[in-house]
Parts: sequence; structure tokens; C-alpha cells
Amino acid sequence: MNILIKLIQVAFLYGFYVIGSWLHDILHIPLPGSIIGLLLVWGALSTKLINLKWIESGAHSLLSVLPIFFIPATVAIMNYGHFFSGKGSLLIPITIVSTFLTMGVASFVSQSVAKRMDKRKAGSECN
Amino acid sequence: MQLIILSLGFILLTIAVYFAMTVLYMKVHLPFLVPIITTTIVIIVILVLFNIPYETYMVGGQWIDKLLGPAVVSLAIPLYKQRELLKRQIYPIITGVLVGCLTGMITGVVLAKSAGFSKELVLSILPKSITTPIAMQIATQVGGIPALSAVFVIIAGISGVLLSHYFLAFFKLDSTLGRGIGLGVATHAIGTSKAIEYGEQEASLSSVAMTLSAIFGSLLGPVIAWLFYR
Repeated sequence: MNILIKLIQVAFLYGFYVIGSWLHDILHIPLPGSIIGLLLVWGALSTKLINLKWIESGAHSLLSVLPIFFIPATVAIMNYGHFFSGKGSLLIPITIVSTFLTMGVASFVSQSVAKRMDKRKAGSECN
Repeated sequence: MQLIILSLGFILLTIAVYFAMTVLYMKVHLPFLVPIITTTIVIIVILVLFNIPYETYMVGGQWIDKLLGPAVVSLAIPLYKQRELLKRQIYPIITGVLVGCLTGMITGVVLAKSAGFSKELVLSILPKSITTPIAMQIATQVGGIPALSAVFVIIAGISGVLLSHYFLAFFKLDSTLGRGIGLGVATHAIGTSKAIEYGEQEASLSSVAMTLSAIFGSLLGPVIAWLFYR
């Protein structure tokens, strides 16, 4: 019974994904269907159009094994080995260095802005 | 009939390897043993050993791939449940994502260009911090090779997941906010699957960062490409 409910909820989430993809195709929104679907579900929850209970356990099941859904995409890397031989192998460290610069800068900026806001808040409370 | 057996076989193989690797990860909790990486490696090794092309694997793999859509949609739930946190941190989130997204595109282009790679390759690396479908769209738009962009996206995601734990701890960027935003901006959905391990707050921050970064990236990617190749 429990599994059946989860399956129905997953089907419901799949419906949002289909609607998102359909909106992407028709309106040429420069976001993929899955992200449009995410925004739709978020909007529907926020406006109380749908209840969290209707989708929560199905969504939780999907999220608890999220990495497995990327496996077919990551295995594709085996087809591109030749691009990264010879000089092309430099592209891998370039990607990695740029990734960590991105991560460091994004984390640092968000932490610093948050810290500054906290300080300002603390300051105004003292006055 | 043969096709059904083949599909089922590859689906079961993927699930079996994934769960074995998850058990391994829970027993030996080393950050570089995250299941997404170990599972990918084990499956590639099996395919290469038995001389099975990727396209054959995808006869079954496509069914797992089809669930990626609704799985990404499910990220709306942590987003909704953590709405108070997101509202409170709106300025740190937006500034962190915007600056991070620009850093990702600019440093990728600058490094690849100064290493002397062709315009096509440089522009394929430009959207590598953004989630695959959008990265491919941006690549098409700016004149890169979409399939190659997808590979850079995966390299960014995997390397990020592999080393983010050490990196963020070393630079003291491992607050809830730092982890969530850093993973989401630099390593998109693959990193978000790592952020879920830390907790719901990190998961929601990472999802927001990934989504915002996709929006900023599709708007600013063409501008960056134009700046470097006028």
C-alpha cells in the first residue's frame, strides 16, 4: 500500500516534469523542463494549490537515491576519451581549477555577505 | 524479447552496483568514495571489459535517465520546506550565486583560451558549472559543441563532489551557507546530490543556487562569449 502511494506520487511529480518540458517547447523558455517543473511545484506548494502531503513521500524516495539517476549520463564520459588525449588532457585540470575557483568564490561571497548582514543587524539592535 | 532482457539486465546492473557502492560508502565514510563516482567507474570498467558500447548500455540506462526529470522536480520540496531560511539569506544567496556563476564562466574561458585551445573548445567549456541541459543549450547558443559541454559539466560535477569536502574545510568555507551555495553554483545537480548528505538546509541552498545559476548563466553566457570573441 505504502509503495503504491509512493508510486502515485512519483507519477504526479513526473506529470509536473512533462508539463515543464511542454512549456519549455512551446514558450521557448531557456530553462530545461525539469527546472520549470521544480519552479511549478514550488509555486503550487507556496500558493497552497497542492498539499505537501500529496508528494512528500514520493519525492523523498526519489531524492534519497538521487545520484543513481545521473549514472547513465556520467557513464557517457567513456565515449569522449579521445578528446582528452594529448594536448586535450589539459582540459581536465583547467575544468577542475575553474570549478574550485567557482566554488571558493561563491562560498566566500555568500558567507561574507551573510556575516556583514548579521553584524549590521546586531549593530542596529544595540542602538 | 532480447531487448527487454538486455534493458532489464543493465537496469539491474546499475541498481546493484549503486547499492553495493552505497553500502561501501556507509561503511568506509571517505568523501572520495561517493556512490556517484564509484558506481560510474565500476560500470565503465564492466562495459570496457566486456566490450559493450555505451549505446548498448543505454538500452537499459535510458529508463534510469528518464527518472532524472521528476527527481530534479522533487528538489522543490526541500526548497519549500526551507523557505524561511532562503528568505532570510536572500542577499547572500543572490550575490554568491551571481559572482560564482560569472567566475565559473570567465575562469574557464580565460584558462582554456590562454592554453591555446580553439574557439569551439573554449566556448564548450564556458557553461561547465551549469546543469547539463542548460549547459548544452548555452553551448549551442554561443557556438560551442553541446556534447562536449556535457562532458565538462560532468567533470566539474565529479571533481567537485570528490574534493569539495576537503576544499571547503581547508578554506573555512564549510558553513551551511558556504557548502550549499558553493556546491550548487560550481557543481550543479551532481553537487546537490552531495549536499543532500549534509542535510535539508544544504540541499535547499544547493538547489536554489543551481537553479539561479542556470538562469544567470543562460542570460550572461552569451555576453561573456561576446566579450572574449568580438
